[in-house]
Amino acid sequence: MTVFVNLCALLLMGFIVWWFWLAKSREVTAVSDAVDILVEGGVYTPATIKVAKNNVIRLNFIRRDASPCAEKVIFPSMGISEELPLNQPKRIELQAPQTGEYEFTCQMGMYRGKLIVK
Amino acid sequence: MSKSTTTHLSIGGMSCAGCVTAVEDALQNVPGVAGASVNFAEHSAEVNGAVDVERLIDAVEAAGYEAVELKGTDEEAQEKKAAELAYYHELLKKSLVATAIGLPLFLMGLAGAMPGLTGLGRLFWLVVAGLSLFVLIYSGGRFFTGAWKSFKNHNANMDTLIALGTGTAWGYSLLITVFPNMVPPQAQHVYFEAAAIIIALINLGSALEVRARGKTSEAIKRLIGLQVKTARVIRNGEERDVPIEQVQLNEILRVRPGEKIAVDGVILEGHSSVDESMLTGEPIPIEKQIDDDVVAGTMNKSGTFLFRATRIGKDTALARIIEMVRQAQNSKPAIGRLVDKIAAVFVPIVLLVTVMTFMAWFNFGPEPRAAYVLVTTMTVLIIACPCALGLATPISIMVGVGKAAEYGVLIRNGEALQRAGQLTRVVLDKTGTVTEGRPTVTELIAVDGDEQRLLQLAASLEAGSEHPLAEAIVTAAKGRNLELEQVKKFNAIAGHGVQGEIAGQQILLGNKKLLTDQQVDITPQSEQAQRLAAEGRTPMFVAVDGHCRGIISVSDPIKQDSKAAIARLHQAGLKVVMLTGDNRSTAEAVAAQVGVDEVIAEVLPEDKANKVVQLQQRGEVVGMVGDGINDAPALAQADVGFAIGSGTDVAIESADITLMRGSLHGVADAIEVSKATLKNIKQNLFGAFIYNSLGIPVAAGVLFPVTGMLLNPMIAGAAMAMSSVTVVSNANRLRLFKTERERA
Repeated sequence: MTVFVNLCALLLMGFIVWWFWLAKSREVTAVSDAVDILVEGGVYTPATIKVAKNNVIRLNFIRRDASPCAEKVIFPSMGISEELPLNQPKRIELQAPQTGEYEFTCQMGMYRGKLIVK
Repeated sequence: MSKSTTTHLSIGGMSCAGCVTAVEDALQNVPGVAGASVNFAEHSAEVNGAVDVERLIDAVEAAGYEAVELKGTDEEAQEKKAAELAYYHELLKKSLVATAIGLPLFLMGLAGAMPGLTGLGRLFWLVVAGLSLFVLIYSGGRFFTGAWKSFKNHNANMDTLIALGTGTAWGYSLLITVFPNMVPPQAQHVYFEAAAIIIALINLGSALEVRARGKTSEAIKRLIGLQVKTARVIRNGEERDVPIEQVQLNEILRVRPGEKIAVDGVILEGHSSVDESMLTGEPIPIEKQIDDDVVAGTMNKSGTFLFRATRIGKDTALARIIEMVRQAQNSKPAIGRLVDKIAAVFVPIVLLVTVMTFMAWFNFGPEPRAAYVLVTTMTVLIIACPCALGLATPISIMVGVGKAAEYGVLIRNGEALQRAGQLTRVVLDKTGTVTEGRPTVTELIAVDGDEQRLLQLAASLEAGSEHPLAEAIVTAAKGRNLELEQVKKFNAIAGHGVQGEIAGQQILLGNKKLLTDQQVDITPQSEQAQRLAAEGRTPMFVAVDGHCRGIISVSDPIKQDSKAAIARLHQAGLKVVMLTGDNRSTAEAVAAQVGVDEVIAEVLPEDKANKVVQLQQRGEVVGMVGDGINDAPALAQADVGFAIGSGTDVAIESADITLMRGSLHGVADAIEVSKATLKNIKQNLFGAFIYNSLGIPVAAGVLFPVTGMLLNPMIAGAAMAMSSVTVVSNANRLRLFKTERERA
């Protein structure tokens, strides 16, 4: 019994490492130039967005979470920081960003998303 | 899709009445639109229906026109406030419901009145299980949905920890209630009340945080409050009040005594004094007359005047200031970035620590092991608070940037705020920074005694120049009604002077170096020039056909408060350097009057940035204070560039920090606010790190082998709930910050 429980605990630790660090998020949406991102329940949906380069990208953030945690979205590497009104879309236009991965988060870094420009 | 509302749009690109139909059709065709009407005269549209405004804008743009939502920031602020209040009440209600169920159980436990897990006792606990499940769903449902959504995204956050902590407590308790014999009798203890009380406390903490956060954005609310809702425009010869959004560029507006100015513009008729203190902190109203600029949000005092709108909507100085403060409040300095990296992996690490705690207690813990395992793992999950860490920096930046704005100091971003507190040297440009920047001619020394002719030649030559000294000479000539003559072959020698041909004579006007370079003998005038320079005046030599004809002395009065402001910089431990293109003697005379530590004189405009580099190479962290336009390269090179504005005529885009008031006290204010903000951030970070790095091990039971102490999960819940509130409240303390000058 003891061995079994310990083994399960070790497996659980392995799972945590794999799930939160190693496994890639599967929710990838490829779009041409516009995507709606729902801000609700602690996550951006979709959280990972793949877009083609050389396009003007329009991200419409729709915040449904009234908690102050969700009220800002920040793209640290692009110097973008916008306040998201509740239940109203907020459009953020990115002028043809260069190829690369751009993280976006809430002010506290709990909501996390990624924009992949390819 | 939003609920049914009325949306107002400003439509651009409509040239004829036919466009009205095209725009109306485009709007009508958007799913959810119940009705749309376009007003050609106002270039606006009113749309009713349940539809997002972005869809409407897309439709108008697809039809070949432009559309912008007409909505004041004031309205947005009110909506935000209402939403915050509703959320606050919702959180309080959820907290109350959870307390109503958790607290009686907790008190029963304290009184030792808890029934056992047999017979009627078990029935009692099953009912409690149902009630606490209701609490988990009603008051804590968002934690569970949030945790699940995050998990699916390979992410973990606060919700994950709370959901796991309370969910485990409830699940374990239900299992014990249904199958009490699974664990030894001494472990037969249930934790329904702990789950309910933790949920109550976290909701209460969130509610308090919402309240405290509202206060952190008071500075921006104050600025937004300066915007007016209506303006009196003159259309077709008639005056009428229209919503501010409908004021068009170049329209004529009337301002009456005691009214706020609606948009930026230029006075066409009338005069008045205008109070600009709300933007610049300058307490004395400014006299305004025809051709003077007026700025939105400032208050007209006594007179009435007409002005032409030159900047409207988002282009007004006030709107740009609001936008800049908003952006800066949302930005993070370097100090916050490491924390962001930690916050990103914090929760999964806590999950690993939880499993390790489980294994430690399972393998080495005393009996009843099951109870110990549950209490410790639950407490670790509940006490960990990444929010406090994540909030520590941005919340202080928000208050700090807002506080600076109250002093008329606009900080571009968090990085600039952080750097301002680390400066070791402040470099001041002389003209317009230490001095008023409005030089006047104080003395004319003509070799042949003909002062009028000396001034006439100099003014004619300088008429085309924009240099402040040139303006002084031209103004002096105009004051004496001298007629300016035509100049041929005009040539400006940057940093030295000007030359040209007047009535066939070669005229040279400039500093000692220019004349010496051109082999003009100025020896007879040297003594007088030195005397003027020693008095802090700038001597300018005039030569005609290679012979010195005299000296024009120009003096730029030192700002009244420069000396006191420089003393404040010294008090803050900074060395102050004055950098100027002026001659050494004049610069040193000014320096002596205001008390700067070092003078770098006779510097060409293009070399100013190099001088900043030289200071930086000596290991100094340099702040450069200049006028934002002429000094742009030096401002950009400095670690922090301060653009010193005159009134509201500010080069907002050009510097890290813009001082809207033309006083050097703004530099000292900015540095003091920066230091106070950094201190506040460090307190927050220290608190959050200490809290987590002590709280988590104690929760895991590291003290148990020594003291036998274990943390109650409910205490952990209270600590966690209060940690974010503490960070926000500490940041709010910054609102009470006062500069040394105010305290003196």
